Amino acid sequence: MSAETAHHGGAHAHGAHQDGASHGSFRGYVTGFVLSVILTAIPFWLVMARPLESALWTGIVIMALAVVQIVVHMIYFLHMNTKSEGGWTILALIFTVTLVAITLVGSLWVMHHLNTNMMPMSAHDARHAP
Amino acid sequence: MFSNLDLQKFVFGRFTLADIPYHEPILLVTFAGVALGGLAVVGAITYYRFWGSLWRDWVTSVDHKKIGIMYVILALVMLLRGFADALLMRSQQAIAFGSNEGYLPPHHYDQIFTAHGVIMIFFVAMPFVTGLMNYVVPLQIGARDVSFPFLNNFSFWMTTAGAIIIMISLFVGEFSRATWLGYPPLSGADMSPGVGVDYWIWGLQVAGIGTLLSGVNLIATIVKMRAPGMTMMKLPVFVWTSLCTNVLIVAAFPILTAVLALLTLDRYVGTHFFTNDLGGNPMMYFNLIWIWGHPEVYILILPAFGIFSEVTSTYCGKRLFGYASMVYATVVITILSYLVWLHHFFTMGSGANVNSFFGITTMIISIPTGAKIFNWLFTMYRGRIRFELPMLWTVGFMVTFVIGGMTGVLLAVPPADFVLHNSLFLIAHFHNVIIGGVLFGMFAGVAYWFPKAFGFKLDPFWGKMSFWFWLVGFYFAFMPLYVLGLMGVTRRAQHFDDPSLQIWFVIAAFGAVLILCGILSFIVQLVVSVRNREALRDVTGDPWGGRTLEWSTSSPPPDYNFAFTPVIHDLDAWHDMKNRGYARPLTGYRPIHMPKNTGTGAILGALSVVFAFGMIWYIWWMAALAFVAMFVVTVVHTFNYNRDYHIPADAVVRIENQRTAALAGRV
Repeated sequence: MSAETAHHGGAHAHGAHQDGASHGSFRGYVTGFVLSVILTAIPFWLVMARPLESALWTGIVIMALAVVQIVVHMIYFLHMNTKSEGGWTILALIFTVTLVAITLVGSLWVMHHLNTNMMPMSAHDARHAP
Repeated sequence: MFSNLDLQKFVFGRFTLADIPYHEPILLVTFAGVALGGLAVVGAITYYRFWGSLWRDWVTSVDHKKIGIMYVILALVMLLRGFADALLMRSQQAIAFGSNEGYLPPHHYDQIFTAHGVIMIFFVAMPFVTGLMNYVVPLQIGARDVSFPFLNNFSFWMTTAGAIIIMISLFVGEFSRATWLGYPPLSGADMSPGVGVDYWIWGLQVAGIGTLLSGVNLIATIVKMRAPGMTMMKLPVFVWTSLCTNVLIVAAFPILTAVLALLTLDRYVGTHFFTNDLGGNPMMYFNLIWIWGHPEVYILILPAFGIFSEVTSTYCGKRLFGYASMVYATVVITILSYLVWLHHFFTMGSGANVNSFFGITTMIISIPTGAKIFNWLFTMYRGRIRFELPMLWTVGFMVTFVIGGMTGVLLAVPPADFVLHNSLFLIAHFHNVIIGGVLFGMFAGVAYWFPKAFGFKLDPFWGKMSFWFWLVGFYFAFMPLYVLGLMGVTRRAQHFDDPSLQIWFVIAAFGAVLILCGILSFIVQLVVSVRNREALRDVTGDPWGGRTLEWSTSSPPPDYNFAFTPVIHDLDAWHDMKNRGYARPLTGYRPIHMPKNTGTGAILGALSVVFAFGMIWYIWWMAALAFVAMFVVTVVHTFNYNRDYHIPADAVVRIENQRTAALAGRV
């Protein structure tokens, strides 16, 4: 029950513990943190000061920055690169992105098609339909 | 302040004594049977003083082999329940014509077909597949256990907890009448106000946690724990198909969890995700649940394909034909299985673009599957085929599955689907692929690996009886449904008016009786094999002339699987080792580091049954208490540092010397 048994305890049934992932450096964490702060501050500024007139474009820019933010987190905090864990990490990422894209795009396409095909009436029309 | 009624509501939620179905004779008889059977089991365990051993060696075990066996036992028990439902349906449909209403009223019949579907997919096919993967994968890759042994035990008990929740619905309250996928608006609060749909939701949610975590566990095991030298292209095909299946599980099951959570919100707090009333859309539910549902059928069939590959190559005494194409076909199926989900609802009203896209992707996915069939055929070609039981199941599968696959491609044509949608043709099709594919595969796997797990072979005579009853029974039970479906008979009907249809339903019911004989033969096979175990004993650990690593250890394997981690030089590693004149090392054993058993998984499973019961019956205090208890148990478990031990070198020497003696006694 001492801290030492805790250290080498856990679920490792096997002694061999090879690890291809880099654990990052102080410099990496600071870079990631600064980038994240900047990428978070810009959307706040966009909403509070409204330098862009169009609400649509404000939204698009914020979404784009969010995507960049995700990438920054993956690189600096999750230490992902094409070589970590012998390439398994990047492979899993590509697979996940593909499946999420299929799910989202497919659902939007299917449901949009359904709506245009089956629901020509607006709520207003429906209320006043004979 | 508290009137009597309020107190009762607080304590018992919406449960009243009227919810115990003592007015239904069928359920009363079933309950009496289950109670007597349960008492007999409890009595036997007590008589043989098995309780301590049951708890220490099985319930708390983190050994992947024991967990795998428990999964398969769960699947077989639930198969009996699901098949009893099938017999009820077949007999009802065989007699309910014209003025005869049969013996099952609609509200009961609807519960039965829902329970049949849910149980067969989630609590027979899934535990069967997971059990065999659990048992075999670590052995085939030369590992001593899975990556996370405790998580494995926890996953098993969550799956069992889900099965228990479903079984409770038989005797307390009612089960869902909203079909196995619970389509809204029928499954919504307005149409199904009772507890049935809630039993379904919570049973699946609890079991889903187990399935997802065991998927994570097996992926980590296959990626990180392969023996040295075993590159990805030297993996046995069963490990490849297991890897792809678990990737599918991890990618697809969260979608099911999310959809069920949204439906839960619709039912419990009055949101409208899937009701038209306030802007929701029931078709979104169809869309999302089939994005999970279609990968699910490949989750089930891929491991069966792996088993057939192992069996074919072993009993033909040849390396598998086209190993690389087999691997690529598996991976292609994994990806494509995410691009076909709409074929389950061609008729919902999307336009021609959408329907033709999904029709074509569905036809494309049959190509890699067809390639696999040819690979097995070419493996058999000019092989020295031994028609042992697993090989019989494999040949039966190849014939049956091709028929099922072709009717599937037929259904993939959208205009044809408009005619056949929700008809008995569809029922015949998916039973054709699930029985002919998954179930035959699992039976092949049980017959193939049983000697590895228990040290003696299964009785071949009763195995062959079981096989022929299943095969012939399947054709009698489902070919009539193809005919009826083409005539336009829809699924889920409790009563028919047209007497000319009756003969087909009678034939189908006869088929179900033949399958019953198949199941009984299987049970007889187990009993006979256990009684004749000395005659069927295998001391070599390699009774079939196997080709993969699991056959290199003793049968049953020691707790640590391999005294020395094998080094792999070629595909079919054990075959390669035998060819090179491999000699078992007899000295130099070292202590082996192992995970310790823990009861936490079983306790968490039991608590989640209590939690689900509270949620289902609106007994909020019970749900809250159970949830807090689960949280506390989980936190306490994280402070348990006493998780591992070493098997001392002496013990390893003793076990390995026994094996050496056993091997020498044979020669």
